[in-house]
Amino acid sequence: MKLLRNRKIIITWIMAVLLVTFGASSVFAAKAAPKQKNIILATTTSTQDTGLLDTLIPIFEKQTGYFVKTIAVGSGQAMAMGQKGEADVLLVHSPDAEKKFVEEGYGFNRQLVMHNDFIIVGPASDPAKIKGFKSALETMKTIAKTESLFLSRGDKSGTDVKEKALWKKAGINLMGQRWFQETGLGMGQTLGVASEKKGYTLTDRGTYLALKKHLGLDILVEGDAELLNIYHVIEVSSTKWPKVNAPGAKAFADFMVSKKTQEIIKTFGVDKYGSPLFFPDAGKKVEDLGK
Amino acid sequence: MELIIQGIIKAFELLVTFDPEVLGITWLSLKISGTATLISLFIGVSIGTAVALNNFFGKKIVISIINTGMGLPPVVVGLFVTIFIWRNGPFGFLEILYTPTAIIVAQAIIATPIVMGISLASIQNLSPNLRLQILSLGASRLQMVWVLIKEAKLPLLAAVMAGFGGVISEVGASIMVGGNIRGYSRVLTTATVMETGKGNFDIAIALSIILLLLAFLVNYLLTLIQQRQHPR
Repeated sequence: MKLLRNRKIIITWIMAVLLVTFGASSVFAAKAAPKQKNIILATTTSTQDTGLLDTLIPIFEKQTGYFVKTIAVGSGQAMAMGQKGEADVLLVHSPDAEKKFVEEGYGFNRQLVMHNDFIIVGPASDPAKIKGFKSALETMKTIAKTESLFLSRGDKSGTDVKEKALWKKAGINLMGQRWFQETGLGMGQTLGVASEKKGYTLTDRGTYLALKKHLGLDILVEGDAELLNIYHVIEVSSTKWPKVNAPGAKAFADFMVSKKTQEIIKTFGVDKYGSPLFFPDAGKKVEDLGK
Repeated sequence: MELIIQGIIKAFELLVTFDPEVLGITWLSLKISGTATLISLFIGVSIGTAVALNNFFGKKIVISIINTGMGLPPVVVGLFVTIFIWRNGPFGFLEILYTPTAIIVAQAIIATPIVMGISLASIQNLSPNLRLQILSLGASRLQMVWVLIKEAKLPLLAAVMAGFGGVISEVGASIMVGGNIRGYSRVLTTATVMETGKGNFDIAIALSIILLLLAFLVNYLLTLIQQRQHPR
């Protein structure tokens, strides 16, 4: 083979590649914190899109010296990461799936952090005439009956799971319905789609308030106890996955429910949006929320 | 329209005030995509040249594979790199998931076939007589390869531009393997996606403009090098 005669060249190239690669990685390694200083936080898009984590994480890092890698995905994907041991700690809002997650031994020490609520938003013209409805289930039924366009996340996020549960409770079969469309996108983008297509959607209040000024969407239905949106922090099991940074996860969970953090959550967003985006709930019971 | 103007003003504002976060993101993008392009250059040019200069069984199939790789979708690369390097994956011990290094790896994988395909074509495009001539002048094989590479400089620099252009604008892999972590692995494209999600369209437009400017500057520099000896 002639190729073999090129061995010298090839070896030189390989050496050069290795040099560049390791040179580059050492540049970045110098910047990264030591091994077990890294915490992978898998969380929902709403905590990032509202800017809450941008406020809290730097405080936590400063206090503890940990380095938090925030991966903002839907709650469904966040828990999938936890199940594979690819995250250390979760901040999610999909209570039924969370309970299952903990029961199956993937996580433990599930603690209530905060809540806000889901709202049903839509165009001001309100084709299904749902404005002011008190019941979320009635709203879903009416939207289905009038076949008004509804945009769903369709990504197994906390919001998506909540929405699907509402449709199920309302007894509506979504299979093949043309008025029901799934975006497969995050909350912010789905709100954008709903606004452009003049459709209805279910959203958490925080993301809606943060994006309101760009949207042609009004709050149409709110206040039903069905619509509570509850966030928990869960530590991923390090017995199942030895590589999980257990002390880091515990430190973050403790931080989220600490008095000081809860104070920050209480006032977060008030200056910008006129009302808080989240209500701190550490130490409370889920049953007492929204009362 | 108003929004676009707002975005342009915002871009200008972020640039002239030397906004540290935006500068950091821009610098990181340049560093990551530059390193990835450099790696792809070494691997791509060497394998591309080797394939072009040698005749072997199945050469057409190899070339087809390389040419297909030129259109490798970044999300596919992102997915596979993630699976390989996550904690419990085969390369989990490297602990590079959600780091800039991971983005470099993914982007190098995306850029390599692009560089390889173009260098392969450009070396093949040289007259075969040239090789004979160089060898007859008493050059060693290594020297011949070097002369050929120099001869194909123009298309090879085009390969660099195509490779760099491919990775600096790529978002699917960067967000998957980098995680878009603030001040650490957030690059221009992933920041744009996030700001769009947040509804900060002016910042998103501003970041896009900075990205375009950066791509233009790099390509301008490369073009200067490429055209240096070819004024006409």
